[in-house]
Amino acid sequence: MLSISPTYLLYYVPLLVAISLVYGATRHEDMNLVLKHAGYTAYWITSFMGVIFLILLVIGYLVS
Amino acid sequence: MPKTDPSHIEVDGIQIDLRSRALAAFLAWLLPGLGHFYQRRYAKGGLYMVCILTTYFVGFAIGGAHVVYASWIPGDKRWHYACQLGVGVPALPALIQASRLNSATTQNANLQGSENEYRTDPDFEPWWGGLMSPPRRPVREQSADEVSAWYARHGAGYEMGTWYTMIAGLLNILVIYDACSGPLSIPISGRKKDPDQDPSDETTVATKEAS
Repeated sequence: MLSISPTYLLYYVPLLVAISLVYGATRHEDMNLVLKHAGYTAYWITSFMGVIFLILLVIGYLVS
Repeated sequence: MPKTDPSHIEVDGIQIDLRSRALAAFLAWLLPGLGHFYQRRYAKGGLYMVCILTTYFVGFAIGGAHVVYASWIPGDKRWHYACQLGVGVPALPALIQASRLNSATTQNANLQGSENEYRTDPDFEPWWGGLMSPPRRPVREQSADEVSAWYARHGAGYEMGTWYTMIAGLLNILVIYDACSGPLSIPISGRKKDPDQDPSDETTVATKEAS
């Protein structure tokens, strides 16, 4: 299903954490709200990429 | 009408003194989080510093310390450095290394525009073991050179390291804005509606957002 090793996906985790926290912190001053916003951002990015992955998977299945 | 001080703002019920905004922005560029420490916003400063510098140095390490360098010649236009420079001091040694390499590189006007236009002195030795030094000239896209050796040695790590360091630099641009002007406002459309709120009272919400 994947054309690369699943271990490559580990590169995604630290980036997701850093981007979510920094983005959340640029929207709020209260640290509780920063963490809440970061969680939502991480969820949103992962969902978005998951949808793109599924679309590409379906296209790959159809053309193969 | 009394003038409001733009360096004193309130966000999430917390009073923020941005102090000298220009200085804070410069410090934020110089080292991620430093501008916030200057403004006594220690928690956010620490968060920015840890997140951005970790991303930058992890990328730097997995790319074999060659992913950050400044170069703009035919065959090696390193536009990525413009993003990496956003991280400030940690990316500045690349400019020193590029300057040294350029002084040891000769240009052949007869080959202008080609990959062989520039040639580095074979006896040239970069400082600090080649840390952030551009590859020796010429750099050819279709044959073996120093860049292809870096790719061969680090594989996907070279590509990912480049992305990590670029993203760290781009994230710091948000941090610079935060140090200069405070947190970005959240668009009204992105907020959940309070079920108890009267729909006709939207002007009050907009006024609160603006303030």
